[in-house]
Amino acid sequence: MNSLSKPRNWEKYFWPVLAAALLFAIWHYCVVWTGTNIFPSPLDVEKGMAELLHKGVLWDDIEDSVRRVAVGFGAAAVTGIPLGLTLGLYPAANQMVNPVLQILRPISPIAWIPIAIILFGVGDRAAVFLIFLGAFFPIVLACVSGVSSVPSIFQRTGRNFGLSSTQLLARVVFPAALPQILIGLRIALGIAWVVVVAAEMIAVESGLGYLVIDSRNSGKRYDLVIAAMLLIGVIGLILDLGFRSLEGLPSVRWGFRHES
Amino acid sequence: MSLTNAANTPAVAAMKLRAEQLCVAFERDSKSVSVLEDITFDISDGEFICIVGRSGCGKSTLLNVLAGFLAPTSGSVIIDGEPVHGPDPRRILVFQEHGVFPWLTVEGNIGFGLSKLPRAEREHRVAHYVQMIGLQGFERTYPSDLSGGMKQRLQVARALAVNPDILYLDEAFGALDSITRLAMRKELLRIWQTERRTIIFVTHDIDEAVQLADRVVVLSSNPARIEDILTIDIRRPRNISSPHYLELRDKLLEQIGQAYTV
Ligand SMILES: Nc1ncnc2c1ncn2[C@@H]1O[C@H](COP(=O)(O)OP(=O)(O)OP(=O)(O)O)[C@@H](O)[C@H]1O
Ligand SMILES: [Mg+2]
Repeated sequence: MNSLSKPRNWEKYFWPVLAAALLFAIWHYCVVWTGTNIFPSPLDVEKGMAELLHKGVLWDDIEDSVRRVAVGFGAAAVTGIPLGLTLGLYPAANQMVNPVLQILRPISPIAWIPIAIILFGVGDRAAVFLIFLGAFFPIVLACVSGVSSVPSIFQRTGRNFGLSSTQLLARVVFPAALPQILIGLRIALGIAWVVVVAAEMIAVESGLGYLVIDSRNSGKRYDLVIAAMLLIGVIGLILDLGFRSLEGLPSVRWGFRHES
Repeated sequence: MSLTNAANTPAVAAMKLRAEQLCVAFERDSKSVSVLEDITFDISDGEFICIVGRSGCGKSTLLNVLAGFLAPTSGSVIIDGEPVHGPDPRRILVFQEHGVFPWLTVEGNIGFGLSKLPRAEREHRVAHYVQMIGLQGFERTYPSDLSGGMKQRLQVARALAVNPDILYLDEAFGALDSITRLAMRKELLRIWQTERRTIIFVTHDIDEAVQLADRVVVLSSNPARIEDILTIDIRRPRNISSPHYLELRDKLLEQIGQAYTV
């Protein structure tokens, strides 16, 4: 197949579906061949999934997880974007704060769990705090690098047309940095989704992460564990696709390489 | 310095810009290197000036000083009798390329400097300049879907839309192919003749300078001084194969230190 030619429509779906089917087949036969009765086969998982849907708690768990991510990620965006823009605009301030950011950034939010529990107790707020931490740093850093890589030509043009510094920020620097900021937000959202599951396994008693750990603890229901894991994957994918669709907006499209 | 080009410019033009003993030095390896030295000239209102010189001689630096983006080490720039202290919407600098805002449409770019105007007037002006640069039908198009020449025209239109007295162009057509460049020159001359702005045009293309300018400022290199200021006394529209044209071109080439055989 010529790599320049557009894949035909059926091919776009055929290969991914084939790959997934292969994986399920391998999984199925591994379970059959080894004769394990702990590890569930795809069919068991499918039954488990149906059971979860019937019991009705599943929707509450999904809602709890998504709500925590929305709040934690939202708070990180609302605080991280202004901070990142400011640091990008004032290199002196950035030099002061950057070492602290660089030390805090590599600490996994999971390591913060004990502190989150001391501060907020076991509950929603602890989980939201952890998500906030996970999302905050990538957002700040994306804003800093987005702003500092705005071509000086744009800034000079803005000043040439008589913009004040707030106007320059709103009408030149922010839109010029927006594609990079969006990339940072997308990465942060992915991290937030990873963190919420981990947080829910320890710091709260609801949500998809709790579903995973609870299915194991109360009766070793590995079919439910894997059903929940697959759901986590699918919802994460949906969130990411939703966010990616923002990259197609006309005023940011220029900042992304896109295959047409 | 009077103009001999009576066909195109008013007989007596007011002085618009004066550069007075401009010197610019940059720090390089903790040494001060002089880039511009003792640059002095006058430009009349409505004049079309080209600045030529070898690559790296300091043309962009000079333009940045004239536009107020860079403070000279010594000397001053005086426009309409007042010293220049910074950039100003009354004089717009057009860059070589990548100067249009990719997050705005053609309309958004042209209207960028017009946010203070009432909406109706802004739309009227935008429409006028869309027409002038021949981008009708592309009003809602983003720059990533425009050709290089269209983007360059757009940048010029965005500058013209705020009604500046002076337009500085820094190798504004340098990134374009020769056919587009020729078209852009005609376009610029037409705009200049209808709108009567002062234009200061930096180029390293001698032909471009002789085709466009009322006067050509020739800079030497290391550091840049004024080598000569040459008046192009050819009537417009200019015949670019007339003996006088060739004579002036050869003279410029010689001054820049290039032989005119290849
Ligand atoms: N900010 C700066 N700091 C130090 N040196 C500089 C700076 N800007 C320009 N220079 C130096 O000044 C000299 C002139 O640069 P300038 O960009 O004005 O040249 P130019 O004539 O526009 O060249 P070109 O035709 O290639 O665009 C160069 O030697 C360059 O290295
Ligand atoms: Mg230059």
